Amino acid sequence: MANVKRSPWLLHYDGSSCNGCDIEVLACMTPVYDAERLGVENTGDPMQADILLITGGINAQAEPVVKQIYDQMPRPKVVVAVGICACTGGVFKDAYNIKGGADTVVPVDIYVPGCAARPQSIIDGIIQARELFQKRSEEHDAMVKAGLTYEQYKKMKDEEEAKKVAAAKAEEDRREEENNG
Amino acid sequence: MAKKRSVVPFGPQHPVLPEPIHLDLVLEDEKVVEAVPNIGFIHRGLEGLTEKKDFRQMTYVIERTCGICSFGHGLGYVETIENIMNVEVPERAKYLRTIWSELARMHSHLLWLGLISDAFGFESLFYQSWRIRERVLDCLELTTGGRLIFSVLEPGGVLRDINKDQEKEILKQIGLVEEELKEVEKAFLLDYSVQTRLKGVGIITKERAHEIGCCGPVARASGLSYDMRKLGYEAYGNLDFEPIISNDCDSYARCEVRIKEIHQSIDLIRQAFAKMPEGDLSVPVKGFPKGECFTRIEQPRGEAIYYVKANGTKMLDRFRLRTPTFANLEGLCEMLKNCEYADVGILCVTIDPCISCTER
Ligand code: SF4
Repeated sequence: MANVKRSPWLLHYDGSSCNGCDIEVLACMTPVYDAERLGVENTGDPMQADILLITGGINAQAEPVVKQIYDQMPRPKVVVAVGICACTGGVFKDAYNIKGGADTVVPVDIYVPGCAARPQSIIDGIIQARELFQKRSEEHDAMVKAGLTYEQYKKMKDEEEAKKVAAAKAEEDRREEENNG
Repeated sequence: MAKKRSVVPFGPQHPVLPEPIHLDLVLEDEKVVEAVPNIGFIHRGLEGLTEKKDFRQMTYVIERTCGICSFGHGLGYVETIENIMNVEVPERAKYLRTIWSELARMHSHLLWLGLISDAFGFESLFYQSWRIRERVLDCLELTTGGRLIFSVLEPGGVLRDINKDQEKEILKQIGLVEEELKEVEKAFLLDYSVQTRLKGVGIITKERAHEIGCCGPVARASGLSYDMRKLGYEAYGNLDFEPIISNDCDSYARCEVRIKEIHQSIDLIRQAFAKMPEGDLSVPVKGFPKGECFTRIEQPRGEAIYYVKANGTKMLDRFRLRTPTFANLEGLCEMLKNCEYADVGILCVTIDPCISCTER
């Protein structure tokens, strides 16, 4: 699994977009932009997907579907919100059926702005997602090696993080005291 | 032995569908006896936004009804407002609007050619169609700044001009599109395996198409000469064209009609550039609209109807949109009856469904 970042599977789901961003995501896969040269490939199956691209704000009916797709994806996974609708709700933010951006339903890692998001920026988002995916899969390997479940591993990481923050704070306090003294 | 009936759900997330739509297919062995569509996955409540945005801001919201027919929706809306307020748009703006709508039609039809070839498994044909489509998108980007959503319309005219250099570039690009399309269309119209998937499949007879109110290329492929551009809105009244019809009534006919319409659009753009006069881009529009109006526009997918009710303040009372896909969904259910299960994917694509318009 050393170089898994070279070929993640991409899954695209349309939250409630106006089509603009969907079509641009598809256009990324066609000859002129050709994101497939980066090793990513589109799939229709959430069970084998690594990167989830969400377009459009999330509406009431799409919410359970998006959650379900997210849960079906195996760990590690990365979520990319494509287009301003998926980032914040965009022009439809005030509409009665829109909950807001994709991050109201699932945790989003990378935000791609634009209305419609340009293929160039979508590809940029995919590249960043690939890097993050590589990082996460290394962590995942470490977790499997240590024989921990995801929950245990997360707890451990959180504790480590909390310790780091506490240490940094103590360091700061000490410095301040020195300065004052 | 009585045949067993089973219900198979199709969608909302399905590889042939770029957008979520759900169909419940009632099967008898491999035959579909009934199809019940279930829509609502992309409903955003766009019409309800009239309460929160004023009528000028609504132009930009309505353009975002759909990323493919975006220009047409904006056009239908501003025309309705102009009709209510009795605004006469300058001639040059009318021609510019016509040119942009035809470019949008070309990109929509090329996109559809790609989707249908993906549905019957011709991946490279899909790539070719989308490669040609990029030329059209380049033209649109050159003149409006956006690839899919242009925001160049305002009540009273247009916001951008097309200068001589850009005109030359567009004419050059559409010339190339014409040449390349001639190569690619051979595969669609003459290839044996494509014909086996399209010919004689998904028939809607002329009478039936009229009864259930199909529109756009679906109606024209069933022999109904029905094209809203013939109403002569914008500059269409000054251009010379005939609706393209076919009497075969099947999927092949729908494909043929769309390919010929791309050629027709190229021709219309050339005519429009030849006749376009110099002049202003827009007239100032003062005050707020009061009254109500219906407008009909020929979108790439068929006839769209726009209704606005205004009360003399800056907020509108009501905006309503009847989309072509809504009319054609009935046609889809008609086609799906008694078809083979394996054809469902292709048939769904042949009406060129645009779900995000339909559900808004
Ligand atoms: S960001 Fe713009 S183009 Fe993308 S889905 Fe939203 S409205 Fe459509």
